[in-house]
Amino acid sequence: MFAIETLALEKTYHVGFWRKRPKLSLRPLTLQVNEGEVFGYLGPNGAGKTTTLKLLMGLVFPTSGSAKILGMEIGDPRMKAQIGFLPEHPYFYDYLTAHELLDYYARLSGVPAQERKRRIDVALDRVKLHDVNKVQLRKFSKGMLQRVGIAQAIIHDPKLIFLDEPMSGLDPIGRREVRDLMQELKDQGKTIFFSTHILSDAETICDRVAVLNKGELKGVGVVADLTDKLTGTVEFQFEGAAAADALRALGATVHATGESVRAQLPEAMQDAAIDTLRRHKARLLSITPVRATLEDYFLGKLDALQPQENFEVAEAGR
Amino acid sequence: MKRVSAIASNTFREAVRDRVLYNLILFAVLIVASALLFGQISIGIEKIILINLGLSAVSIFGLVIAIFIGIQLVSKEIEKRTLYTVLARPVRRWEFIVGKFFGLAGTLVVNTFFMAIGFFGALLYLAHKFERADASLLAALYFIILQFVILIALALLFSSFSTPLLSAVFTFALFVIGTFAQDLREFAAMTSGATKYLATGFAYIVPNFASLNVISSVAHGQPVATDLIVYNTLYALVYAATALSAAVIIFENRNLK
Repeated sequence: MFAIETLALEKTYHVGFWRKRPKLSLRPLTLQVNEGEVFGYLGPNGAGKTTTLKLLMGLVFPTSGSAKILGMEIGDPRMKAQIGFLPEHPYFYDYLTAHELLDYYARLSGVPAQERKRRIDVALDRVKLHDVNKVQLRKFSKGMLQRVGIAQAIIHDPKLIFLDEPMSGLDPIGRREVRDLMQELKDQGKTIFFSTHILSDAETICDRVAVLNKGELKGVGVVADLTDKLTGTVEFQFEGAAAADALRALGATVHATGESVRAQLPEAMQDAAIDTLRRHKARLLSITPVRATLEDYFLGKLDALQPQENFEVAEAGR
Repeated sequence: MKRVSAIASNTFREAVRDRVLYNLILFAVLIVASALLFGQISIGIEKIILINLGLSAVSIFGLVIAIFIGIQLVSKEIEKRTLYTVLARPVRRWEFIVGKFFGLAGTLVVNTFFMAIGFFGALLYLAHKFERADASLLAALYFIILQFVILIALALLFSSFSTPLLSAVFTFALFVIGTFAQDLREFAAMTSGATKYLATGFAYIVPNFASLNVISSVAHGQPVATDLIVYNTLYALVYAATALSAAVIIFENRNLK
């Protein structure tokens, strides 16, 4: 059984007031997510990631196609008791405290009264909010709200967790914490389906990724395979700014910071580059074959990428 | 049922924490000032004026709360996306609507209860004692609560497909028209042909707030017939249930973009 299985799931909205015109949001999507894996759903803003999540959560209805979650139809209350969901930019009832909010959600998920307090304490500990559990959410920072959002998604100990852009708006420490938490959940055997447009996050924690653009699935791949491939390029690190220009003449891409230089060039030029460095008496620190990154895969799949499409390859972390 | 009560109690808590019950302070000031002022004049009608003013104030304060919170019950949850995390749980959409309805209805019952205490206190100050006829004031207060029940259901119905502003306009317009429901029915009876059918249909579709308003008659010491209490109770429950069912049907099929 798959954790998530969609079959030609499609969504077209009708926009406009009088003369409604169709706006395709998700082209027929057929996708399977295995149990126990961390699945990254990647795509630039407006690619259809949130639409997919809303379809799976039963918040919007598909134009055609179908989907099953944990072997059950979308909307089945038994299935919903076993999933957790964190929407993008979550906002919660700000008149409640973190403890009250989690109690409310636990009640809605059918957690028995005698279990609730313990579960709430565990969830608050996990997201490091135990000290502020009596503070109203209106006094919380964005990062704290995101953590409350994760706590509410796991309060009922679900098997499958959907996270829509869980790292957006978080500082580097917050992102790290969320990543660690996702890893912890994976270690417990949970399935995680998360959408993001920050590739470095996906590369770090995902088992598999799917790339979506303009409502269309462009490809699905195993992250380890994608990033294992050699690109036929080598990276030199050395000290000696004088040699940088000589390598540039060989066709290398050079990044120099004072005396410290990084240069990338085709593998075939490796010997010529070493000779050049010797000639200029540069101090060679390392030569490393460059591996493919998720960003390469991602950009390769976004064949029709337009410059105005805003996604954060800059944050790809290399 | 547990989920409905969880949603209802959260709605009640929201109203309390958002200081909705602060209207009680304004009401208290108004009723105390009125009692003191009318206590100065003694021309035999001060009690009638106080009852009219007190019950009308209970009605108007509650009306404002019913409409302005009622129209936001659903739209606010959609706008702030809190609804997403609720409906991603084993909560059916009808449970959400019904929970919201009971939450606000409960808020208004509590609000009216405290207003009633203030009102009877002012009445006791002015008249020094309660009379047997004053029992009909309880019936008038009960009818006011029935009006709120209908108004909340209507506000929920309109907000299930319309914007908050339009929902407020529609609900308030129906309240005003409904206040004249009796006149509309009499007018419909005087017409003929197709107009008669249309006018009669319209007169019976709008909520009959006229028969739920007995403020003036109880102020003059007239009793409220038991039949009317039974009829009004059934009418309000059926009307609210119908409006609520329509809201549920619309909401069940709505895409929450």
